[in-house]
Amino acid sequence: MENKAILLVEDNADDEALTLRALKKNNIKNEVVVAHDGAEALEYLFGTGKFAGRNTDFIPQVVLLDLKLPKVDGLEVLRRLRADQRTKLLPVVILTSSTEEQDRIKGYDLGANSYVRKPVDFSQFIDAVRQLGLYWLILNEAPPVRRS
Amino acid sequence: MLVSGAALLIACVAFVAYDLITFREAMVHNLSIQAQMAGSNSVSPLLFNDPQAAENTLSALKAAPNVVSAGIYTLDGRPFGTYWRDGNPQTVTLPQMPPNQTEAHWFKDGRLVLVRTIVFQGKPTGTVYIRSDLREMSARLKRYVGIAAMVLLASLVAALLGASIFQRVVAEPIVHLAEITRIVSRDKNYAIRATPTGKRDEPDILIGAFNEMLRQIQQREGALQQAHDELEQRVEERTAQLGAANKELEAFSYSVSHDLRAPLRGIDGFSLALLEDYAERLDDQGKEHLQRIRAATQRMGMLIDDLLNLSRMTRAEIRKERFNISTLAHSVVESLQEAHAKRPIEFRIEDGLEANADPRLLGVVLENLLGNACKFTSKRASARVEFGKMHRNGSTAYFVRDNGAGFDPAYADRLFGAFQRLHGATEFPGTGIGLATVQRIIHRHGGQIWAEGEVEKGAAFYFTL
Repeated sequence: MENKAILLVEDNADDEALTLRALKKNNIKNEVVVAHDGAEALEYLFGTGKFAGRNTDFIPQVVLLDLKLPKVDGLEVLRRLRADQRTKLLPVVILTSSTEEQDRIKGYDLGANSYVRKPVDFSQFIDAVRQLGLYWLILNEAPPVRRS
Repeated sequence: MLVSGAALLIACVAFVAYDLITFREAMVHNLSIQAQMAGSNSVSPLLFNDPQAAENTLSALKAAPNVVSAGIYTLDGRPFGTYWRDGNPQTVTLPQMPPNQTEAHWFKDGRLVLVRTIVFQGKPTGTVYIRSDLREMSARLKRYVGIAAMVLLASLVAALLGASIFQRVVAEPIVHLAEITRIVSRDKNYAIRATPTGKRDEPDILIGAFNEMLRQIQQREGALQQAHDELEQRVEERTAQLGAANKELEAFSYSVSHDLRAPLRGIDGFSLALLEDYAERLDDQGKEHLQRIRAATQRMGMLIDDLLNLSRMTRAEIRKERFNISTLAHSVVESLQEAHAKRPIEFRIEDGLEANADPRLLGVVLENLLGNACKFTSKRASARVEFGKMHRNGSTAYFVRDNGAGFDPAYADRLFGAFQRLHGATEFPGTGIGLATVQRIIHRHGGQIWAEGEVEKGAAFYFTL
């Protein structure tokens, strides 16, 4: 089975390093594409800007999306993904610091598949990433690829 | 005016009628005397059959200008002597006398006719007949009617004059005043004024007083409006400030929620990375330092979470409903029992208690109070935690009581302050925000919360809703 990529949308370098470490600790070998803000994430997914010419038929298995991002914030990224036929069904896991009710409501409202809070305790974070990987990369059957 | 005119008219008519009746009686009486006199003076001419003497006697009637004609008749009705005022004798048939009467009179064709039997020594000797016109009476009537008409006219004119003066002096200003009053009460316009008559009379004084009253009302209205406007503006300003403060608070807590925890994750994550990746280069002391860093970080994370919770409770919308608070207490206790599975805690929950409050927020209250009770009984061999309802000072209070570590009553008021702790963190863990959150929820329900306790003799928390 082809190991599909994970798109990690994360602006904080520490969080990026820690997430990558947690993935590694859990032996998740999938390719990880990191976008450092919302705009970059959209460019990657739609093959524009920096990623012009990228084969957009190749879409990630899951997107780990932070909410507080420079330029285009996480909720806006989610809204645009859901508005586009190519990424309408793409599994998106919101991975963020906040448990603010308004974020959770908006996130699910816009069609997030999961909402996971990053715990302060890194041991717990590793465990969370392990379960996410198990679920979204192994257990969950991805939606069929749509040709645009 | 109509009424007074009619009354006056009726009075005049009555007076004239009365006078005419009296005058007629007097006329009849006079004529009767004249007839009597003429009759007595004609006795001897009749007896001696001397018509000339009778006519001489009758001619004395010239002195009475109203007598048109007179005549003396013999007993058998034959004319004996006549008198005509205008000297133009006509034949007159003697009218029939009613039987058993010596005198009769009647009004006919504008004339008064009087007939009298002449009696001499108890025996009728002839008849005297006198006809008188009513000129005097009609002249008198005309005079009276004229006087009455003049009196009526004069009084009507006087009444009209009086009414118009009254109208101008009293009625007009009062009607004007009434109109102004109507406008004022309809339009709530206190700026208009009644026009003074300028005559310094009673209506003018009334209008002056009315205008002064309007002026005072206007002044007060103005002051009231100004105060109202100021208040409104102040409320608006405060609302805007409050809204801004609330927004700021929300933005702040949102930012805290996102940004303050991220560095903590870095500290904890990289501390763990050090412990994992560089374990062989660290001695035990170094590892312990890192463990302490991680513990402190996690504690900081808890503090942030609790603070956010407290702030959320302040902002949360309260949705009150009636619900069974005993059931809520049971479900809280259930999860606490799982958390304290290793300790036997005796829970006594009073059943069937109702509350009118926000069930979600009351859940937070009970989690904190019952959780505290479990925490502070951790050093008891037989821990007991109670929840129930009691009456205190006329109101109903719910309570959570335990037989745990208790507290020094001297510090009771500090229990509910944020970050206030009466026990060391090593003795009983905690952030010191739980009771502040509980207090805020109770206050937002309009209730009160207080605590009673003694060191090592347990604590009791009471709250009303």
